[in-house]
Amino acid sequence: MADKILEIKNLDISFKTTAGMVHAIRGVNVDLERGETVAIVGESGSGKSVVMKTAMRLLAGNATINSGEIIFRYKDDKGDLQEVDILKKEKQWVRQNINGRKIAMIFQDPMTSLDPTMTIGNQLIEGMIMHLGLSKEEAKARAIELLEEVGITDAKKRYKQYPHQLSGGMRQRVVIAIAISCYPDLLICDEPTTALDVTIQSKILDLIKKIQKDRGISVIYITHDLGVVAKVADYVNVMYAGRIVEVGNVDEIFFDPKHPYTWGLLSAMPDLDTDDDRLYTIPGSPPNLLNEIQGDAFAARNRFALKADRIEQPPMFKVSETHFAATWLLDERAPKIDMPEELKRRIERMRRSAAEKQ
Amino acid sequence: MAKYIIKRVFMALVTLFMITFLLFLLVRIMPGNPFPSERMSAEAIAKKRAEMGLDDPILVQFGNYLKNVIGKGSFGKGSSLYNGAPISTVLPGCMANSFKIGGLSILIGVVFGLILGIGAALNRGHFWDTFCTVLSILGVCVPSYVFMIFLQYFLAYKVTIFPFYFDMSRFMGSSIIPALSLSLFSMSTIARFTRNEMVEVMDSDYVLLAESKGMYGTKLVTKHILRNALIPIVTVIAPLIVDLLTGALVVEKIYGINGLGKLMVDAISGEGIDYNYVLALGIIYSALYIGIMLVLDITYGLLDPRIRLAGRKES
Repeated sequence: MADKILEIKNLDISFKTTAGMVHAIRGVNVDLERGETVAIVGESGSGKSVVMKTAMRLLAGNATINSGEIIFRYKDDKGDLQEVDILKKEKQWVRQNINGRKIAMIFQDPMTSLDPTMTIGNQLIEGMIMHLGLSKEEAKARAIELLEEVGITDAKKRYKQYPHQLSGGMRQRVVIAIAISCYPDLLICDEPTTALDVTIQSKILDLIKKIQKDRGISVIYITHDLGVVAKVADYVNVMYAGRIVEVGNVDEIFFDPKHPYTWGLLSAMPDLDTDDDRLYTIPGSPPNLLNEIQGDAFAARNRFALKADRIEQPPMFKVSETHFAATWLLDERAPKIDMPEELKRRIERMRRSAAEKQ
Repeated sequence: MAKYIIKRVFMALVTLFMITFLLFLLVRIMPGNPFPSERMSAEAIAKKRAEMGLDDPILVQFGNYLKNVIGKGSFGKGSSLYNGAPISTVLPGCMANSFKIGGLSILIGVVFGLILGIGAALNRGHFWDTFCTVLSILGVCVPSYVFMIFLQYFLAYKVTIFPFYFDMSRFMGSSIIPALSLSLFSMSTIARFTRNEMVEVMDSDYVLLAESKGMYGTKLVTKHILRNALIPIVTVIAPLIVDLLTGALVVEKIYGINGLGKLMVDAISGEGIDYNYVLALGIIYSALYIGIMLVLDITYGLLDPRIRLAGRKES
């Protein structure tokens, strides 16, 4: 039986801004099985961070949740399976029982995500004292173990230092240590490597992977970097303008994409083996969500768009048991349109190199 | 840290010396003269000038002045105020009055300013926030003496709770009206600043991280938000403290408080300018200012490890 740890159902969120209501999330569904890794991919402003912040009730005050459920299943202290709708609970209850304890988050920019006036150690033990009820000494001993676990040398010295005395990569390790300090079941990584040097990026990814393997936790990656997705994810959700437009496992998304937006994303990946010396970009820019969107939000930038895409929002068409895409191209009445030739060749190359690796 | 402090103290002394020199020059250049020329004959004035050493070259005068101030610890005598009594006998009483009332208004201003500001930040966009904004704008725009006249009218004339004028025998009671009116400006400034700083910190990534750890309520506010917001708030509080301690010129004059502010007004507006008083008060203002800034530098170090540790590296 499927053991879903997190189910986001039909989430719909608006933000009140000075310009008007921005309809940022327009019916998002995300499922995550226990122990698996899901990536949410999309451009800046597509709403990927907002969805995950909602799961931790970290939304700004001007956000309104219009509808939706976020079902989270976890084992309580007695070992019984509990099921809660996070959106129905009090914010304070979520802080006390979920945040840091069951769901933890790693943020994008380690340079700004640690409190500059507090030592690394104090920031680490704070959560453990609160959630696990440890004494200060117990928490300190564990904090030093944690720092070592995330690969910080000289942990005892670092424990007493302040964030500005550490490099970016080290700080991100500290943020990871804070996140895993209370044995969470679910780890949300919001672009964990975007602000880091390329050389550090893969080390941090490896660290998260190792922690996931050692502790058997589920991970959600929010990212716009398809390279990261290919490296870590089991399942991929492609998000555009506040909706999930394509879901599938990592092979289906990379080797058999169905939505023209996913085609665009894959084509826009930098690749050294191409004859073309220009990097493909998706024309235009994402729609302004101040205005209600009619049809498929991507239609205006989509050269394969059908007339139906501009009028009626496409439903999720089933491609396989795990693969769904929201585009009218998959309707049986639609003309046969395949992905661009250039992308086909590129996918063939990716397939071959993936096969070679195995 | 010790070397850092010594360096700061030395810099402060140099600054004070330079300010004293400038003040001395400016007072001598100032239009007007120390003697009521309508009532004194030219010979009498000339005699008095020679007596006070005003005919010497300016640098000699400055040298003599310094010798007096540093050597004997005296700011000289007044030429027109208090019948020429030594300034050092008049000053302590005035200072005490100003400090007491100033201190009270600082207390009111800081406490209520922080409460208003924190309340506004925590209720961003709601009634309390708007209320605080309106109050701060009013407080910054309305001069303290205007507010004091209102208070005098309502609290001392319509309802006689407090005395209409300052009365040494009822010190506490008669301090309330001037202290309240003086605190209005600092309260508003602090409230506005606290609100903005806190809102900025509340939007920061590290507060988001703290919330994602499960921090909430008072603990989140005191441990993460307030401490970070306080650093810039301390910067605005410090100069406000000096302003309040040294007394408000107009408020003291209107309410009849024998404080530094009134002394300054009297020294300038009396029959002839009292050079020595103006100079002495100017030096005291500057010394207080520099002193507070010195304390501020050290407080920064205590609040913010980035400054504290940079200081340690320097030494």
